[in-house]
Amino acid sequence: MLELLWLIPALPLAGFVILALAGPWISRIAAAIIGVGSVGLSMVVAILVAIAFLTSPPPNHAYLQTLWTWIHVGSFKSEMAFYLDALSLVMMLVVTFVGFLIHLYSAEFMITDVGYSRFFAYMNLFVGSMLILILASDLLFLYLGWEGVGLCSYLLIGFWYADPVNGRAARKAFIVTRIGDTAMAIGLFLLFTHLGTLQIQEVMHRALSQWPVGSGLAVAAAAMLLGGAVGKSAQLPLQTWLPDAMAGPTPASALIHAATMVTAGVYLIARTHVVFSLAPSVQFQVAVIGAVTLLIAGFSALVQSDIKRVLAYSTISQIGYMFLALGVGAWSAAIFHFMIHAFFKSLLFLGAGAVILALHHEHNMFKMGGLRKELPITFWTFLIAAASLSALPLVTAGFYSKDLILSYAWSSTTGSPWLWCAGVAGALLTSLYSFRMVFLVFFSDVKLKPVYKPGLCITLSLVILAGLSLAAGFLKIPFTDFLHTALPVVSAVQGSSEWKLQAIAGIVSLAGVYLAYLFFLRKPQIIQNVVRSGPGSILHRFWFVGWGFDWIYDTFLVNPFVWISRLNKNDFIDIFYDDIAWLNRIFHRRLSDTQTGQVRWYAAGITVGAIIVIAIVVFL
Amino acid sequence: MILIWLIVIPVAAGVLGWFLGRWSTLLTRWTCLLALILDLVLVLAIWWYRNDGQGTWLVQTRHLWIPQLGISFYLAMDGLSLLLVMLTAFLGIMSVACSWSGIREQVGFFHMNLMWILAGIMGVFLALDLFLFYFFWELMLVPMYFLIAIWGHENRAYAAIKFFLFTQLSGLLMLAAILGLYFIHGRNTGTYTFDYTQLLGTSLSPAAAMWLMLGFFIAFAVKIPTVGVHSWLPDAHTEAPTAGSVILAGLLLKTGAYGLIRFVIPLFPDAARDFTPVAMILGVVGILYGAIMAFAQTDLKRLVAYTSISHMGFVLIGVFAWNMLALQGAVIVILAHGVTTGALFILVGDLQDRIHTRDMTRMGGLWSTVPRISGIALFLALASLGLPGLGNFVGEFLVLLGTYPVNILITALASTGFIFSVIYALYMIQNTFHGPQKEVWSIPDISPREATIMGLLIVVIVWLGLYPNPFFKTVGPALNALLGLGGKL
Repeated sequence: MLELLWLIPALPLAGFVILALAGPWISRIAAAIIGVGSVGLSMVVAILVAIAFLTSPPPNHAYLQTLWTWIHVGSFKSEMAFYLDALSLVMMLVVTFVGFLIHLYSAEFMITDVGYSRFFAYMNLFVGSMLILILASDLLFLYLGWEGVGLCSYLLIGFWYADPVNGRAARKAFIVTRIGDTAMAIGLFLLFTHLGTLQIQEVMHRALSQWPVGSGLAVAAAAMLLGGAVGKSAQLPLQTWLPDAMAGPTPASALIHAATMVTAGVYLIARTHVVFSLAPSVQFQVAVIGAVTLLIAGFSALVQSDIKRVLAYSTISQIGYMFLALGVGAWSAAIFHFMIHAFFKSLLFLGAGAVILALHHEHNMFKMGGLRKELPITFWTFLIAAASLSALPLVTAGFYSKDLILSYAWSSTTGSPWLWCAGVAGALLTSLYSFRMVFLVFFSDVKLKPVYKPGLCITLSLVILAGLSLAAGFLKIPFTDFLHTALPVVSAVQGSSEWKLQAIAGIVSLAGVYLAYLFFLRKPQIIQNVVRSGPGSILHRFWFVGWGFDWIYDTFLVNPFVWISRLNKNDFIDIFYDDIAWLNRIFHRRLSDTQTGQVRWYAAGITVGAIIVIAIVVFL
Repeated sequence: MILIWLIVIPVAAGVLGWFLGRWSTLLTRWTCLLALILDLVLVLAIWWYRNDGQGTWLVQTRHLWIPQLGISFYLAMDGLSLLLVMLTAFLGIMSVACSWSGIREQVGFFHMNLMWILAGIMGVFLALDLFLFYFFWELMLVPMYFLIAIWGHENRAYAAIKFFLFTQLSGLLMLAAILGLYFIHGRNTGTYTFDYTQLLGTSLSPAAAMWLMLGFFIAFAVKIPTVGVHSWLPDAHTEAPTAGSVILAGLLLKTGAYGLIRFVIPLFPDAARDFTPVAMILGVVGILYGAIMAFAQTDLKRLVAYTSISHMGFVLIGVFAWNMLALQGAVIVILAHGVTTGALFILVGDLQDRIHTRDMTRMGGLWSTVPRISGIALFLALASLGLPGLGNFVGEFLVLLGTYPVNILITALASTGFIFSVIYALYMIQNTFHGPQKEVWSIPDISPREATIMGLLIVVIVWLGLYPNPFFKTVGPALNALLGLGGKL
């Protein structure tokens, strides 16, 4: 069974090729069958492969499948090969499964769109690229998938290309992540130059044997890889592209936020964890970036009015938790949270999509309300997802995964109480903005009447994901045990009172729900008064625009670049050559002026010339 | 003998086509197309039968020409020349095919010029006698001048003269350097010869070597082009007819890169070593300057022209890094850029045939009108910005990988070219195919002929991107031999 591995990325890619080539000639139904079917088949194969892997694990809990040698020059050899171990297996299952549900949902959601087959082509390419990224055994091959997901995010964010705003958001996503990618590319040059290979397992092996802990090269390599990771995973300081990325169709946002793209950075760090372990300073940086990002994004999520923007900031914040986990060496906790997050975040986006579709593409939460009775399935599933996001104790999956991260943030040998505090503060923010969203959209009075009730495809996707958002948390112990065949166990300080920390975190998230109830349903005037006050409005504005990062980048990078390039549109270097040409022309004119056709001028010329020549001969 | 045929076939077909053009232009087109296909088949045959990875020179032929002056008709083909000649034949076919309906005036003479340029370029890639090399170098310029001046766009006279002056003057420097080398070698050894293989290893004083090296370098730098001597390129590329632009960007620029690899470093390794920092800085500046200039343009063709400056910067860096990785990368950039940019120029030409403008401020939203053309343009833009899985990425990545151990700072700066290339490529797509429609065009989407051209070009781009190993294998022994000549820079 394991040898079917290559089919998992190949099927969605084949779907892409068919849709891209035959798109204009095939019907909507055919496009949906190819688009959804390819990912569905890929999921089936993934499940079969996973069963085979679990029932009879290959030696060393890893399976390598080589397709062909991509680049072989001298000592450099990069292979198109897939590597399956616990880590990539989990990622693969989540991506294909969540990806499939999102595709299923899209089949209904996008049905009236003119670019139906184009949409599925991009979505298939997205899933295929992500699977390459996950399964690649070679960093260069991984980079292929890495750039592929960046491209697909561009294509999908700018899917409705007629509006320049979408185009701008799409370009921003591609360019900002490419900045990170470039850092990562330099990291690859460094790794190859000093370790002589880009094959991931071999890189880990050689790094461990050649570089001492904290060596300069390890630090540089880890820092460069981190650059790539913060770009793709929308962490500080490259997080600015993600809030704008919601310009794309909602299922595409679900795919970007849940299954593909933004989790790539988390995966990269987990995959190359040895390099980060060898560079403790960079690894600590990962934790700090995560902690700061989760807070900053949490505050921004709190004040947004666009439902998808709330979710976008929420993603940045939740990925921050994963970075925090990676930073304290809790590799498996990060991956566990990635999985749970994939379930509830895709559910949130799909639920938001159902709401948006029902309300004529209305995004503003303040124009929504009372949808609890109108869209019951959407309401209940959305509520479950929000509860899971808020990590409500015991019943939700999000509780188990977030709790794992928080406890390691404190107890890991590289953790600290400060990181834990940041995480808990973030938890309060999370439940606050999550339930703000729930109360604004689904409670109080009906403001807009829904015009569309979700059909079978949408309902099915929502219900399945809701079930997972509740139940998947119980997998914690077997899941982390399984992951530890590929990732090291956290080195934790023993004796910390885990249940106390757990209780605090639980109480905090419940408190957040209550506060949200108080501020946004029961007594909204409190918050309105705060926002109207001077400092309150400034803070509101500041958080609303994402802490001014866009302004800084626009003012100091984008605008000067555009200005300078426009200024030099006509290439100043040409002035030099134009001047030479001009000088030549001047001489040419002056000399041709002497050709008057009048004999006396020529005679005078001959005389003067003769005198000069004689003078030179006589006097020199 | 087969090498002579490679050159004679296009020359003869050009003359024949000119005569046939008096009766039927279709006959001219077919003659030239078939001649180039025959050329391509010959090259592929050499590739197939002689590419055993053994020995540097696959085929060579040598005839006396002017023995009194040590000039011989000496052609030879190694893996490097093979790939470049193959590229020439391939893009030659494309340029005949893309002129099929666009060129309607003086069809015979147009094709003769086209074929003679191609013959000249093949000669440049094959000649191992410096005098012969110079002869071919000049052969490709004059018809190119006519191509721009007669069949070009609005500002063609200016562009043609500019192109001619730049290349002619720099060519003159090379001629002086060739003669200098000829006489120094003759005085040293008593045998006056233009034979490349004998001139290798001529002992030169450092100053003489530097001057001679510069003579060659400037000629090639103008062709590549490097920043400072690049300003002929945007004008020439923009004003030339589509076929001319394809040949300029796809082939003519490559003669400069080829010259650096074949002549500058092997003939003057010591001078080149001293010159390396300058060349690398020129390369980096070219990458960034070209990309930023491309972003500023509103003329679609001019934009594509500036991207060439950016991409060729990678070649310059790769050549002067002078190791296997970087050189292989440079060769792949040469091939991939030739095909990608050629395809982009053809696409812009197709678009211009339809809407009669290249002004991007008048375009926008073309995707809904011509989705197929737009999809292809998107693909080519992605290839141009170096998306992994497509040709340019493989080349540029290897160049940087090879340059990293030589100079980290240069590598890091050149890597930022990845960012700028995204900016201009997406800007181009946005202003042309995405966004709102500024004017309503009712134009046909891609025709079967155009689709065939694009399909072939795209297949090559994907091939280079996913399975470039056959190319590495072919050019490997040749580069190994050259690396041995140049020593370690």
